[in-house]
Order: sequence, then structure tokens, then C-alpha cells
Amino acid sequence: MKLKLKIWREGGKYPKGQFVSYDIAGVNDHMSFLEMLDVLNERLISEKEDPIAFEHDCREGICGTCSLVINGYPHGPMQQTTACQLHMRNFRDGETITIEPWRSRAFPIVKDLVVNRDAFDRIIQAGGYISVDTGQAQDGNAIPIEKDQASHAFDAATCIGCGACVAACPNASAMLFVGAKVSHLAQMPQGKIEAATRAQRMVAQHDAEGFGRCSNITACEAECPKGISVEHIARLNRQYIASTLGSEKVVE
Amino acid sequence: MPLVAPNNKRRLEVIIVGTGLAGGAAAATFGELGYKVKVFTFHDSPRRAHSIAAQGGINAAKNYQNDGDSVFRLFYDTIKGGDYRSREANVHRLAEVSVNIIDQAVAQGVPFAREYGGLLSNRSFGGVQVSRTFYARGQTGQQLLLGAYQSLSRQISLGNVELFNRHEMIDLVMEDGKARGIIARNLLTGETERHGAHAVVLGTGGYGNVFYLSTNAMNSNGSAAWRAVKQGAYMANPCFTQIHPTCIPVSGEYQSKLTLMSESLRNDGRVWVPRKMEDAAAIREGRKTGLDIPEADRDYYLERRYPAFGNLVPRDVASRAAKTACDEGLGVSPTGLAVYLDFDAAINRYGKSKAHSQNEHNASEARIRELGVGVIEEKYGNLFEMYEKITGEDPYVMPMKIYPAVHYTMGGLWVDYNLQTNIPGLFAIGEANFSDHGANRLGASALMQGLADGYFVLPYTIGTYLSQEIRNPMVDPDGPAFKEAEAQSQARIDRLMSINGNKSPETFHRELGKIMWEYCGMARNAEGLQKGRRMIRELREEFWRDVYVPGRIKEYNPELEKALRVADFLELGELMMLDALDRNESCGGHFREEYQTEDGEALRRDDEYAYVSAWEWDDVDPILHKEELIFENVELKTRSYK
Ligand SMILES: Cc1cc2nc3c(=O)[nH]c(=O)nc-3n(C[C@H](O)[C@H](O)[C@H](O)COP(=O)(O)OP(=O)(O)OC[C@H]3O[C@@H](n4cnc5c(N)ncnc54)[C@H](O)[C@@H]3O)c2cc1C
Ligand code: SF4
Ligand code: FES
Repeated sequence: MKLKLKIWREGGKYPKGQFVSYDIAGVNDHMSFLEMLDVLNERLISEKEDPIAFEHDCREGICGTCSLVINGYPHGPMQQTTACQLHMRNFRDGETITIEPWRSRAFPIVKDLVVNRDAFDRIIQAGGYISVDTGQAQDGNAIPIEKDQASHAFDAATCIGCGACVAACPNASAMLFVGAKVSHLAQMPQGKIEAATRAQRMVAQHDAEGFGRCSNITACEAECPKGISVEHIARLNRQYIASTLGSEKVVE
Repeated sequence: MPLVAPNNKRRLEVIIVGTGLAGGAAAATFGELGYKVKVFTFHDSPRRAHSIAAQGGINAAKNYQNDGDSVFRLFYDTIKGGDYRSREANVHRLAEVSVNIIDQAVAQGVPFAREYGGLLSNRSFGGVQVSRTFYARGQTGQQLLLGAYQSLSRQISLGNVELFNRHEMIDLVMEDGKARGIIARNLLTGETERHGAHAVVLGTGGYGNVFYLSTNAMNSNGSAAWRAVKQGAYMANPCFTQIHPTCIPVSGEYQSKLTLMSESLRNDGRVWVPRKMEDAAAIREGRKTGLDIPEADRDYYLERRYPAFGNLVPRDVASRAAKTACDEGLGVSPTGLAVYLDFDAAINRYGKSKAHSQNEHNASEARIRELGVGVIEEKYGNLFEMYEKITGEDPYVMPMKIYPAVHYTMGGLWVDYNLQTNIPGLFAIGEANFSDHGANRLGASALMQGLADGYFVLPYTIGTYLSQEIRNPMVDPDGPAFKEAEAQSQARIDRLMSINGNKSPETFHRELGKIMWEYCGMARNAEGLQKGRRMIRELREEFWRDVYVPGRIKEYNPELEKALRVADFLELGELMMLDALDRNESCGGHFREEYQTEDGEALRRDDEYAYVSAWEWDDVDPILHKEELIFENVELKTRSYK
């Protein structure tokens, strides 16, 4: 099939940022979306043009690196699918496809479709962990955890840190990302002890990074490739309220 | 073993390259111990290392299932699985610390799968007869890596570890014969930087991408290790590559990578091809599907050839058997390169047992199927989904099509018992070293090894070296050795950029991959290896004459990153051919056609080849050093899974 691509280019030849159109032919059903971009890039390189910068690594939906807004949807139109898992059989011959980067003040554009997501790392550094040193652990089976509870914790832990939730949110809030980590750890007995301070610290860092407030629009859940539920934001809110009410341990 | 006192640790700097399971775990632990740590990754975040993609699980000799497991059995299985080409002492230590890893991960909040009673759940992997694999759905690597990443993040926030993300190590700096630091390229700005330390640790992963198509993440590469080799580090057993039997087959020229379907599927899936050539042909031409082939006309060849282990034979054995079936013309995809992995029997079995447990004694066939599909979905849901997304076929209905693909490299930097390379002060951990898996790695053992090295082994063994360094002042990254190494790196980059030829780095990489797969893949022979070596040399020469790298040096430039990596692969590939040529035997993943038994099994030659080949690089003629392998606790036997 043949397609017209409208791709956001920023940096290099396009200092200000603009859409540039490309026609591409010979696209086949079995190609992945990123393989289609590879083919385009090979052509650009052979014409000695600057190839389109986009990020990717695992190409199987787990590393969270790919970050394309396709036709207005973060990771494209398919539910619970990352951009790298999207295949061309989901597009029609002759279609025009627009491709943009995540857009958020907290995710500055590096080049073309590549953004900087260091803010997510700093949020985790603020408290997204259990404070245990190597070698301090007791036997793995010492604390039984109910199967369903472990499974719910897993549902939250499956977040790949891609940032699609931010790209989807009109407020550019990262509360789904923060909620997922707070909820994962709060549901494990090992993580309960620090749950309240963790929530407080992570939310403070979230705000400091310039992400917006959550106003319960839930666009994040709809676009999250891992189907992280907004329930986790609710759990975060409970932890957060608990931490500010019972505030012996307010974070400096 | 000598230790380093806490007050001295603060004065010792350690550079760790890599934030996968091995590097991430090591960086976190070194930070906790009080060393001054700098950690580097070319990824945008430590959380994105290739380890994140590991699906199936992690082994540990916990014997929670009371099925006869023990440290000795895990040790024995690993030595045997590796076809007696690994070092006993290292493997035994690995088996010993395996149990601590699970405890540590649980304490970090890793949500492992659990039974109804709340205790940890296990499953089986290939090549073993006990259930010792711990897992977190099909995302074990992700959860373990996030555990390490979170511990690392804590150390970063405490100021014990400094993180350099989007920084690629492009050279190792040596001073007085010791590793003293690295040259890194800041991938956002393109600037080179000099970093010094008392020791350098490489946890930079495997080099499977030398084959271009593999299950590794796109950016995985061998350059950090190769840069060390160029400074004199030995590369051990480079030709030992693992070809994983269950991957989604190639669909076209544009294919950029291959996707693994976890080995855990072989717990329940049955591998088969049609018995009759005409059926296979009909399937390939789209006139029939797997469903049209009656039971009697299917050949469940693994169950037939290896009744004791059946579908759970080790990876090398399963891969070769698939190749044999396809070579005989029984392949089931349009390219002829695929076999079936079928869940029908398991769906039925689970459905019946579920119906029984729910007191549905007269359940219809449809109801049994429904219940069975539910069980399979719970166990492997995300893998089935992944398969459907990629192929567009529903694996609950149509048997999966699979074919072997490059997956893991057992070879790597040569290290001693302390995980130190032959360069003092340079250490290698995780997939980047060679030490534990011999000629074939067992499933769920890479995560175990990476975390063992990072959390429990290196933090202890590095003391032997660092205790000698406490009198040495901080390393000065402005010294002449650093300046010169930086200038050389810049010259190499300048040279690449100035070629201004006609072919992209990707094109060269793809061509290299084809040569590797053809001549150094699942089956090798002397003639092919010699030819392959010649072809790689020619390709390398062409690369340095005709590559075109777009963009500029001092900017974000992924094509330049790729070019630097491909340049190194073009040398590493040659060494792999040479190593395969030297090893006149078949063992594990290394199958030399000249050395096989009458029924096509690998023929090992212990009297001549029970050694580790440690190669010293030389542009003209690399030099082979042999480390003899001595087995004191395990008797050398012909591996049999029959
Ligand atoms: C699809 C798949 C599934 C798997 N499933 C399993 C499984 O179920 N069980 C199991 O035990 N094993 C499994 N494996 C194998 C296992 O995942 C890997 O062997 C293991 O994760 C490697 O970990 P590592 O820490 O050594 O390296 P990696 O995770 O590859 O990390 C390498 C790190 O080094 C950094 N790096 C590399 N070079 C440089 C450089 N020059 N400069 C700066 N940084 C650099 C990278 O940024 C990265 O952070 C699987 C592998 C694949 C491909
Ligand atoms: S919550 Fe979902 S969308 Fe947001 S970072 Fe995690 S996986 Fe991505
Ligand atoms: S490239 Fe890893 S999730 Fe898309």
C-alpha cells in the first residue's frame, strides 16, 4: 500500500519545528509501524537526507522507549498497544498518517519525535522504592501474600514508564504513572511501611517537574498501552491524604 | 578474601557501565556499601535496559516444591546443560547464591506469581526435571529490573551513585596496565567526556545483534566489551551463541528484529510438523492449515526423539530438531521455515480439570474448551496477545508457528573467579562475561546470573582488587592517558563521518547478519567458516570505504551511534568465525556438521576440547589462549535427554 506521512520535524534543518510530508509506497501488511519508518529512513539516508529521529529499543511493547503520537493518539489508535507493536495491517491504502512526539512541558523535545523523559526517573528517585539494602532480606516465603493481592500489585507494576498518559492528558499530568508505582508498592506488605511518605515525596516531585494536576478526565487510562487503571490514582490519593492528615512525618 | 573498610570505600571510585540486571544490581549494591559510584547507560533511563524484555522466569534452588531440588542439582543441571564447557567453581557459587536473589527481589516488592496459599509459585523450564523457576506472569525480567532500578534510584537520591544516562562508553582508558576509566559520548550533545575510577565494571550485555536479526533489543551491542578487547582483554568462547527454538518466524526483508515466545510455553505446548510432505506443502501454499491435519498425520518429533524430556529438551537440541524438520521439507510457513507449537491438548486437559474442580461433571466440549482457554490465558495471556498482534493470527484457535532465532551469547569477556578480566581493574558481569553457561545456557538462568553477579558476587570479590588500591589517590581524568584515549576516540569518529560513502550503517549490519547466520549459525562447517571469515573481512574493508553516516558529530545522532557499533561487530564477527573454526567438535549451541553421531546428535570431544578459548585480538591473526576445564564434582558424560 501507499501512504502519506505527515511527520513532526524539529532540530537540524528544521530549527523551529514543523510538519513535513513524505510519500511512501510498498508498505505491506506484515510490517510493523516502526519497520515502515525504518524503510522511510533508509530511503532518506540513500538520498543523503537527515533521517527522522524516533526512539525505540525492544520493539515488543515492554521497554517503554517508543513514544509516537499517531493520528492524534499516543501509541496509535489500537487499544493496549505500544507504537512498536502496531502493524500496518491496521491502516488503509492511501491513508494520511500524522506522527508527532509526546507534547508536555516536562518532556522537552530532543529531536523530531524524541523527547527527554528524565523527569520520570527523578520521580522514582524521590521515593518509588522500598528501602532495603542487598543482603537484608528474609526468606522469600516468610510473608505469604494473597494471590489476588499480588496480582493486583502486578497490574500496577506493569507500567512501562512510557509517558503516554502524560501525552494523552489535557493537563499533561503524570498521575497515572505516579499512581501505578505508589499503588504497586503499597499493596505489597514489604512496601506498606513507607507508603505514606512515598506518596508525598513522589507527588511533590511530580509537581516540581512541571506536570499538571489531575482533574479526573481519565484520558490517560484510555491511552495507556498497559491498561493501567485510574483506580491506582484513587489509591494514590488515599495514601496521599493519609500522609498529609497523619502528618508526624511530613517530608522536608 | 580481602575486604575494604567502610572509611576507605568512600575514597574509592567505581565506574559501572550498564544498568541492566547485572549493572543495575551492582551499582545499587556498591552504592549501599559506600563506594563512590558512577553508572553509565546509553539508554534514556536505567529502566529500559534489554533485561526488561525477559519473559519466562528466574531459577533458584529453593526446593519450595519439595521435588528433589538442591544447590547441587542446580549446579549439576547448569554444567550438564552447558555441555561441560563452563567452569565448575563459578557455577557452583551461582547455584549457592541463587536462593538469596529471590529473597532480595521479594523484599524489594517484586510481585512474583503466587499460589492460593500466598506462597511463591514455580514452573519448569527446558533441560531440567524439577520446578525451580520463579516468575511474574510473562514479565519476569521487567519486574526484576524494576526492582534493581528502584534500589539504584534510591542510591542516586542518596547521592551515593551518580547516573549518566544517554552516555555511551566508546573506549576504555588504561594506565600502567590497569583499567582506569572510560571515554564516554554524551548522546544528546555528541561531546566526548573523560571519567576516571579505581575500577571499571562492564555489565553491558550480550552481542547477539551481530546476527542483525535476533531477539535482543535493537540497541543491544557488543561495543563496550569489544573496546576492552582492543585494549588487550580476552574474549572467551565467542562462537557460543544460543539459538532459541521458539520465536516468531521472519516475515520479510524489512524485518528489523525477532520476537521470542517464552520457553515457558513448552511446558504446555507440543511441537509438531506434518508427517507427510504433501500436507506440509499444502500448508505452505495456503491450501490447508494445521487444523486440517489429523492427529495420526502429525509428527510430535521432540516427544518421539526425546521421550524422557519431550518438549522440554534444552534449547540447542530443540532448535536443531526444528531446523532438521524444515530442512527435510516439512516446514509450515510460506518461507518453509516454521514448525507448530500447539496448545490444543493443554487446553483440553486444563479444561477438564477445571470443570472437575468446579463440580461441572457433564461439561460439554465447548465448555471444557472455554475453561481450558481461561487457564491458558491466565498463564500465558500476554504472550498469546503479543503473538496475535505480530502475526494477525489467533493462537487460541490456530497453532502457533515458531522458528529458532539468535537469542543469547554464552561467550563474552574472559573473567577469573573474581569476575576480573585479564586486565587488572576491569570486571565483567552478566551476559557480558562468559563464565557460567558453557556452550548452552538453560532457560531462566541469565536473570539468575546477572543478579547473582551484581548483588552478591562482585560486591564481595572486587575487594581483592580494591583493597590494593586504597593508597592510590583519585584518578585524574585530565592525565595524559585520558587525553590520548579521548583524542583517539575523536579521531575514530572523525574518520567515520568523513568517509561520506553510499551505504547506511544499517545496510552493512544487515549484510553482516546474513553472513553470520549462514556460516556461523545453527550448523557450521570448516569450509563455510573460512568463507564467512573472508566475506566479513571484505565487508569490513568496504564499510570503512563506503559507509555514509548522516548528521553531525556534536549533536544527537543515532546513525553515528549505530555506525560505531557496526564497526565493532565487523571485527567481533570475524573472531566468532575463527573460534568456531578452532573448535573441532560439537557442543551445546556450537554444532559442527563434521562432528555428529549417527543419529545427528552433537559429538563432543572432551580429550581435545575441554577448554575455554580466550582470544587476544590482533588485526591480522588473533591469538588463542586456552584455559583447561577441570571437572572434579561432575562426571563428563554424553548429554542425553532421551
Ligand atoms: C526476549 C528475551 C527474553 C529473555 N527471557 C529470559 C528469561 O525468561 N530468563 C532468563 O534468565 N533470561 C532471559 N533472557 C536473557 C536475559 O534477559 C539477558 O541475558 C539479561 O537480561 C542480560 O542482562 P545484562 O544486565 O547482562 O545486560 P542488559 O540488560 O543487556 O543491559 C546492558 C546495559 O548496558 C548498557 N550498555 C551497553 N553498552 C554500553 C556502552 N557502550 N555504554 C554505556 N552503556 C552501555 C545498556 O544501556 C544497558 O543498560 C531473555 C532475553 C531475551 C532477548
Ligand atoms: S501509566 Fe501507562 S501510559 Fe503512563 S507511563 Fe505507565 S504504561 Fe505508560
Ligand atoms: S520499543 Fe520498547 S515498548 Fe516500544
